[in-house]
Amino acid sequence: MAEMDELRDLFFVECDELLDSLAAGLRQMETPCHDKETVHAVFRAVHSVKGGAAAFGLSVLVTFAHRFETVLDLIRSDRAAADQQVMPVMHRCADCLADLIAAARQDSPADQPRVDALLAELDRLIGGGGSDDAVAFTPILLDFAMPEGDESGFTIRFTPHAALYRSGNDPLALLVALQKLGDMTVTLQQDALPSLEDWTAAEPALQWHITLRTAADLSEVRAVFEFVVDCCDLEIAPIVQDDDAFTPIVIDFDAVPDPVPSNAPAAAPSPTAEATASIRVNLDRVDRLMNMIGELVIKEAMLSRIIQTAGLAQDLDVTAGLDAIRQLAGEIQESVMAIRAQPLKLVFQRMHRILREAADATGKPVQLITTGEQTEVDKTMIERLMDPLTHMIRNSVDHGLEDEVTRQRRGKPLQGTITLSAAHRSGRVQIEVSDDGGGIDRPRVRQIAEDRGLILPGTQLTPSEIDQLLFLPGFSSKAEVSAISGRGVGLDVVRREIMALGGRVMITSVEGKGTTFAITLPLTLAVLEGMLVQLGDQTMVLPITSVQETLRPAVSELHRLGDSGRMISNRGDMIPIIDLGRAFAMRDTPTPLEDGVLIVVETDSQKRAALHVDGIVDQRQVVIKSIEENYGRVAGVSAATILGDGQIALIIDPEEIVLASGSDRTRSLAASA
Amino acid sequence: MLQSITHNSIGKNDVVAFKLAGQDFCIDIGLVREIRGWAPATVLPHAPPYIKGVINLRGAVVAVVDLAARLGFAPTEPSPRHVIIIVLYDGKVVGLLAELVSDIVTIDDAQIRAVPDIASDPSREFISGMATFDDGRILRKIDLAQLLPGTEGFSSC
Repeated sequence: MAEMDELRDLFFVECDELLDSLAAGLRQMETPCHDKETVHAVFRAVHSVKGGAAAFGLSVLVTFAHRFETVLDLIRSDRAAADQQVMPVMHRCADCLADLIAAARQDSPADQPRVDALLAELDRLIGGGGSDDAVAFTPILLDFAMPEGDESGFTIRFTPHAALYRSGNDPLALLVALQKLGDMTVTLQQDALPSLEDWTAAEPALQWHITLRTAADLSEVRAVFEFVVDCCDLEIAPIVQDDDAFTPIVIDFDAVPDPVPSNAPAAAPSPTAEATASIRVNLDRVDRLMNMIGELVIKEAMLSRIIQTAGLAQDLDVTAGLDAIRQLAGEIQESVMAIRAQPLKLVFQRMHRILREAADATGKPVQLITTGEQTEVDKTMIERLMDPLTHMIRNSVDHGLEDEVTRQRRGKPLQGTITLSAAHRSGRVQIEVSDDGGGIDRPRVRQIAEDRGLILPGTQLTPSEIDQLLFLPGFSSKAEVSAISGRGVGLDVVRREIMALGGRVMITSVEGKGTTFAITLPLTLAVLEGMLVQLGDQTMVLPITSVQETLRPAVSELHRLGDSGRMISNRGDMIPIIDLGRAFAMRDTPTPLEDGVLIVVETDSQKRAALHVDGIVDQRQVVIKSIEENYGRVAGVSAATILGDGQIALIIDPEEIVLASGSDRTRSLAASA
Repeated sequence: MLQSITHNSIGKNDVVAFKLAGQDFCIDIGLVREIRGWAPATVLPHAPPYIKGVINLRGAVVAVVDLAARLGFAPTEPSPRHVIIIVLYDGKVVGLLAELVSDIVTIDDAQIRAVPDIASDPSREFISGMATFDDGRILRKIDLAQLLPGTEGFSSC
């Protein structure tokens, strides 16, 4: 019995994957550069769901998948076209299939009227596709043979000369840059490799054959190689529509175990190619590994301290050995983090569905453009990004975009565009949701905020301060609550969730042009770049992302406000000073400001404060450890870490400290809301 | 495995016995993970007075409860001679600071007596029973469910 349950669980896990590849395949079918294999993959996904569902006796699912599959089969055999009539139905079917699977998973009943409606629609398609005018659909074949090679991509032969390496260029960097342009398959030309006896290190022997599926044009591809054209052989040709010719090479690549291909980056997994070998691992095991690596890094720091204090640092063998361990530990930590890293593709794919639903609900035609799907973040982030992004997409469709009439009047395309992009930027991940709507209507936002008592009438606010009002709890920019956004969830929740991930959200808006929400996130929740500060006999950690500057103020810059309020003038701004020792109830009397250092921090809600500490010890990466796991929440503290001497140091949460200490304008406003 | 340790025979339990302020206490051995010497803890801001701070237990952040302070005695001034009994209770790892661990004792259910109703002593609510011995010694059995009630009550200031 338990075994059966396990099999069932496994089936649903597989279903998740199948649904993802189904959604991805369907979207690709709408682009001109899809091939036959995409349709086959979509068909196989639905077929596999059907097979599994039959094994577990999920009859509703089987019936639906079967009819769905029939239409896909018609498309597959060119008896129906994947055109603008058919594709929306296919998308709806995929959504419905996902819901049916979810319902089956929870043993809840299916939404029968919806299923029946879709089945009727599928029947209509089957009827049409099977009729005599099947020949009329042949134009789709012509689409495949479209002469514009730049629509579908390029084949590139790339042979670096020795000069390329000598001038410090790295082919890997070029390949990675190329990969950003689209789906790419890289094949090493193994027949060009000399045998080991003939090999000389000074003569490069690596040649790559690259198939790049991209919408970019030739000049963009050339631009990648701009700096190395003089020192390599480069052939770029548009793809001729027969990728079958390359298949044998790809198989070679997989079959021959060769140490060299590790130089070539793994090709971006194209939905058509068989994915590289992978195993499914229980997340607990990876977490355990991650913990142990964290321990190793800490132990290494402890060892290095012991060696210092024991006076062994002069011994070259000891320091060299320690350096090697440190480097190894760092690399292992990175590799383990890479195991947990997953491309944002998973989230982005779901967003297509969210957008379709939001577009249907509002009746606005919208397209979603995603870029940077391959950007990787920690697995836990992926799951926790799902809700905030869902809300932001809905928000953009509902509030960001104008209705069709307004768009027409403004001379914009009737179909709105929402762009979801992701990229790595200086050690963090930046995700942006932008729309080409009307931008934030600031006078109206202001008015609503006043009406709801969020701000006092006549308060002086800069445009960006007005934009920030959107994040206040209890704010909704729509007069009446609409079906998709009025769920009691506002942007304040989005911001809270993003901040819980150690990230921040920013808005930029141009009137008439659109609004962009930019989220920046740390790469992982496991390590943090921190500033170690001294506070009494305790060492604490301040996240470096919140630190703006450190200062030892001149007496003339220090001011008092009332009995206990202290502040510092900093380039014309008055910044409140918070005595961290008192904030943490570690001492009763304030320390004289002449002793110690001030650290100016800016919180995610753009509030600044100067934290007063006894001294700054160091700056380094720390491994984040949860306090809540065994104890509970501590006010003003976000987590803990373990220092080189084995002692625990608490990680300060500047946001909470600043919020708890002051009663500035926005806070009192938020509280009154 | 655990079952066989905690209930090695019907009606009998192994407990770890320890001393606090001259009185003998004990705790179910099945809950005890390890016993280690005192090492300086990192102070937690806003923590109740009976929380000595947090220590690093092979990478996990573990809070240490000063049993004496919790049971209403004078707070412990810990020295390297003091011990921390690491217990796993309700999925949480917690350290209990005690004076010394005396031994491991097998208690027969028949030896357990109810706690007499002594008014207004805070330790009363943390003791689930008392094991009596022929030599007149008694072991007060700690009730962790009361001592470490849920996250909120435990950590709130």
